[in-house]
Amino acid sequence: MSMSGIAIATQRLDLFYGDFQALTAVDLQVPEREVTALIGPSGCGKSTLLRVFNRMNDLIDGVRVSGQVLIGGKDIYAVDADLLRLREKVGMVFQRPNPFPLSVFENITFGLAVHQLAPRREYDMIVEKALRSVLLWDDLKDKLQRSALGLSLEQQQRLCIARVLPLKPQVLLMDEPCSALDPIATLHIEELMQKLKQEYTIVIVTHNMQQAARASDRTGFMYLGKLVEFGLTAKIFTQPAQELTENYISGRFG
Amino acid sequence: MSARLAQKIAFTILLLATLLVVLPVIFILGIIVAKGASAISWEFLFSMPRDGMTAGGIFPAVLGTLYLVLGAVLFAVPLGVLAAVYLVEYSSDNWFSRLVKLAIVNLAGVPSVVYGLFGLGIFVTFFRFGASILSGSLTLGIMILPVIITSAREALESVPRHFRTVSLSLGASRWQTIRHSVLPHALPGILTGMILGLGRAAGETAPILFTVAAFYLPRLPQSVFDQTMALPYHLYVISTQVPGIAENVRYGTALVLLTLVLLLNLAAIVLRSRFRRKKKW
Ligand SMILES: Nc1ncnc2c1ncn2[C@@H]1O[C@H](COP(=O)(O)OP(=O)(O)OP(=O)(O)O)[C@@H](O)[C@H]1O
Ligand SMILES: [Mg+2]
Repeated sequence: MSMSGIAIATQRLDLFYGDFQALTAVDLQVPEREVTALIGPSGCGKSTLLRVFNRMNDLIDGVRVSGQVLIGGKDIYAVDADLLRLREKVGMVFQRPNPFPLSVFENITFGLAVHQLAPRREYDMIVEKALRSVLLWDDLKDKLQRSALGLSLEQQQRLCIARVLPLKPQVLLMDEPCSALDPIATLHIEELMQKLKQEYTIVIVTHNMQQAARASDRTGFMYLGKLVEFGLTAKIFTQPAQELTENYISGRFG
Repeated sequence: MSARLAQKIAFTILLLATLLVVLPVIFILGIIVAKGASAISWEFLFSMPRDGMTAGGIFPAVLGTLYLVLGAVLFAVPLGVLAAVYLVEYSSDNWFSRLVKLAIVNLAGVPSVVYGLFGLGIFVTFFRFGASILSGSLTLGIMILPVIITSAREALESVPRHFRTVSLSLGASRWQTIRHSVLPHALPGILTGMILGLGRAAGETAPILFTVAAFYLPRLPQSVFDQTMALPYHLYVISTQVPGIAENVRYGTALVLLTLVLLLNLAAIVLRSRFRRKKKW
């Protein structure tokens, strides 16, 4: 990827929804093959920042972005940037498990078909590989043609992760991926993230402080659209440099 | 008054209101079946009219209506669905899209005879298609466009937002998203609108009056530029214009037309419920 093992780098990133400034001068460097957590109170801009990385904010009317965002060394807001290719390489997992009302198999091959990445005869193999990566293969190998909506929520969320893997993304963005899941399922997804980070760079937004502490290598604390502090998770949670960060992680506001 | 009594009264009123709606329909059906069933035969359905329509069958009218309906649908469904896709998926809420929506609502309220005159002016005269299946189909097509656009719009709008979001987030283009993640899920609603339009196109007289319908044409149309007989107009003709036609022939013709329209509506209902059972979001 890029020279220094940095998957995502932003420089003086501002984002406006109309007149409202949702992100202010964000400078962030997300290392490759690590889990980076974004924490902060509701409305501080975590989801907005995440959507900058795959340009899903573009779908919202009146959004303006300035500053620079490099992913894999490329400026994703450059005029000649290929939006569809960007989203192929930067996958997203949403808050609520949201498989298409199609079969398990079709959910996983959706991206392949869209980008025509592989001939049909390789689909079986690719589906198996994706399901194995999210530890669903043993559960679902006989149910590939069943509707994905019949799965448990945890299975659905795993499937949603599996759905982006055939595109061979460089980055996985996860916006509160466990907020609809029970504590056991949450732990399972966290374990899965530890496994996936060997191959992928993961950025996760979470409201769950334990989750950030347990599952991430680095943590960014955001407040009112600013990245207040960013560093190794162990350090942020034990010796934060900013008083604001300390107040937040000790539960004094949020 | 106890809550139970109030509930009973309300329930009774609702039941009566429902009966009031259903009874006339049953009554009309009953009369038509009672008076017309005796005319129905293989020969009646599938042979040419003879002796100034007093004898023989109504095959050209049945076939003509099927052609017209098919033509109307072939024209109106693709156009209507594309318009709905534009309105729902592409246009933002600007003056143009609001104007289009307003126009569609108003078109739905235009009396069918106005469509007939419009068809006469545009297709028959201006485009020189003459009184023909083409002119009639296009006129009927325009008449059912509002139904088709409106139901397609509703169908598209009822597809959950996140289907689009997820599809786009996987790098699908806007059109791929519509094609693979939106349209398939809107299909039942689109089909329903299409069949409602079919039923309407099959039953209307005024739009085909000046544009295609033949008074008496005991042969089958050879091309889209031919005139044809059609059931609703034929019914009008034998009921009011030609004396000495047996009553059971008139009611028999009405029965055929009604059955055709009811069958189409039934198909709509079956389709809709079939798809509804499948969708679960
Ligand atoms: N589409 C939008 N249009 C206008 N303002 C928006 C839009 N989306 C978000 N905002 C505003 O931008 C700010 C940041 O929103 P964002 O959703 O990024 O916060 P968040 O940190 O993800 O919050 P939460 O923890 O509740 O998910 C909020 O003040 C929000 O009201
Ligand atoms: Mg959020």
